[in-house]
Amino acid sequence: MRLKLRNTRISTTYAHDLVLWRSWWARSGIALVVAGFAAAPFVLSNYWTTVLVYAGIAAVGTLGLNLLTGFAGQASLGHAFFFGVGAYATVVLTGSAHWPFPLWLIGAAAIGGFIGGCVGPAALRLRGNYLVIVSLGLVIVGQHVFEHWTSVTGGLTGTPVRAAVAVGGLDLTTMSLFGRPLARNQGYFYFTWIVVAVIAFATRNLLRSRPGRALQAIRDRDLAAEVIGVSLVQYKVGAFVVSSAYAACAGAMYASYARYVSPLDFTLFLSIQYIAMMVVGGVGSVAGSILGAVFLTALPRVIESLSASLPFISSTGGGGGITVFSLNQAMFGLLIIVFLLAEPRGLIEIWRRVKRYFLAWPFSY
Amino acid sequence: MSDLVQFLLAGLALGSVYALICLGFVVIYRATGVINFAQGGLVVLGAFLTHEFAVRQGLPFSLAVVLAVAAVAGIGMALERVVFRPMVGQPTFAMILITLGVLFVLEQASAARWGYDVLLIGDPWGVQTVQIGGATVKVADLWTLGAAGAALAALFALFRFSTLGIAMRAGAADPEAALAHGISPQAIHGLSWAIAGAVATLAGVFLSAGPKGVDLSLSLVAFRAFPAMILGGLDSPEGAVTGGVLIGLIEVLTAAYLVTAVPGVGANFHVVMPYLVMVVILIVRPYGLFGREEVRRA
Repeated sequence: MRLKLRNTRISTTYAHDLVLWRSWWARSGIALVVAGFAAAPFVLSNYWTTVLVYAGIAAVGTLGLNLLTGFAGQASLGHAFFFGVGAYATVVLTGSAHWPFPLWLIGAAAIGGFIGGCVGPAALRLRGNYLVIVSLGLVIVGQHVFEHWTSVTGGLTGTPVRAAVAVGGLDLTTMSLFGRPLARNQGYFYFTWIVVAVIAFATRNLLRSRPGRALQAIRDRDLAAEVIGVSLVQYKVGAFVVSSAYAACAGAMYASYARYVSPLDFTLFLSIQYIAMMVVGGVGSVAGSILGAVFLTALPRVIESLSASLPFISSTGGGGGITVFSLNQAMFGLLIIVFLLAEPRGLIEIWRRVKRYFLAWPFSY
Repeated sequence: MSDLVQFLLAGLALGSVYALICLGFVVIYRATGVINFAQGGLVVLGAFLTHEFAVRQGLPFSLAVVLAVAAVAGIGMALERVVFRPMVGQPTFAMILITLGVLFVLEQASAARWGYDVLLIGDPWGVQTVQIGGATVKVADLWTLGAAGAALAALFALFRFSTLGIAMRAGAADPEAALAHGISPQAIHGLSWAIAGAVATLAGVFLSAGPKGVDLSLSLVAFRAFPAMILGGLDSPEGAVTGGVLIGLIEVLTAAYLVTAVPGVGANFHVVMPYLVMVVILIVRPYGLFGREEVRRA
């Protein structure tokens, strides 16, 4: 049946509600964003290209967290752990096993998902937020394992990673585009953001399907969801597995890009960063996750560059001022509080309000 | 044998501190349904404030502790008023996330004031020990046991016998019915946070007594009260105390015996052990030792 969509702004049929890109405007908006990203590494400095690569990696992890917290209503601190699992899985898969490019990424994600599937049932079969405590335990146990399993992780000194991003003869990090050779950074920029696009698209698709609706039903009223036949445990564990796999995928990308990982990369603060990205960007929004990841990856860099001129920043802490590291931690905490109190749907809601204002013009109220 | 007695006493002392922290969790969880991650921040803040009053201002130690307890109880109430009251009615995960935000702000605000070094809190016990039946026991541990026991007894008496305590239990059991009886939910929430702040400070003082001192890593110690809470049951004060004591004993005994017996597990294994116990409990008996099992159809 051919859909006829007269009004592209307001859903008049159920089918329209499910359409991925609502209107001509949305489609051209996406095209604009894609074009902007394609041009970005040629316009931006090397430094900001690096920042955007890390933002892309963070976006993958934040999408996973948002799927679990924003759509299934389960808070989790476990992202630092699964991020670490993905990173060390990459170390093993590319090190002794010599897996080629797409395989180590998929393998790392699968290992993360598998461990999530093993832990999930213990934490998620109860009603209430047990997961947040169990996942705190995961981070602390994981930290211990990462520090002591020296044959794999190299202990506290860390371990180098050699995970090339090359398919067949084409190495993404040394290829050339339109006759211009690309730097490693630029290649990674495209690689990272293509992965972000694929995962964002997959997540959006998941959310408009049956499991996606089941998750939102659980979030909004678990009892009612159960009564209409949604298996709570099955869907919550499922969301946790997918979320863990995303986090592990992000960890694998991080390991490949940074070329060196140590247990200090996977502390509780990393989980807090992801939570802040989700809250600031928009809980329960795919675009919001990406927006939050970019915003909060860039913000500390901006503060760092300003730190010389800010009077309350000191290099030692205590008495005279606050260190940049401290300031970042406090800022992430503060952003979580301020956004949950003042703008619980995050930055993306501000954008939506602006859009609504102009769409409803001249009836802007 | 005297070694074992020594370890058991140390474990009991540590456990009674966990019991205090746990009771703070449970009081807030029962009243508001929030798992409060900011508790570790309150513990750190309480210990730092004791250092501030006792060492920097030179006040007598007991007065410093009383002042710190009062100050952190006030900060707890203020947090409830400013941050958590506007959140009433929001989804639970949002409330939990906001306590995490508060934790990081409290920690880093403390770091900005007191820095990252280990600071002594100026307690009179230091490294003194006494001999009890052939075992060498730290004086600080005895004080911890005594004071924590007294604080726990006082709290249980409050819940059991005072009108205020019964109002708090009523508010936790059925908020609407309590409201109909003229019990103010705001007052109960505020009081819960004040109690949590007070017991957190006491716990912070005893955790950093003697040569240990206080630094930011103390909030990680407070996290180990979470396994204790799961072990005892999230909504049970008796469970909080039992779970706290058990986790304290398990931790000290692990550090004393298991780490030397099984060398492969790593030096800090006792830090991890409580969480492993927690996972086992969640698999075997998910509502904890004393928690109320949810009635539902299979």
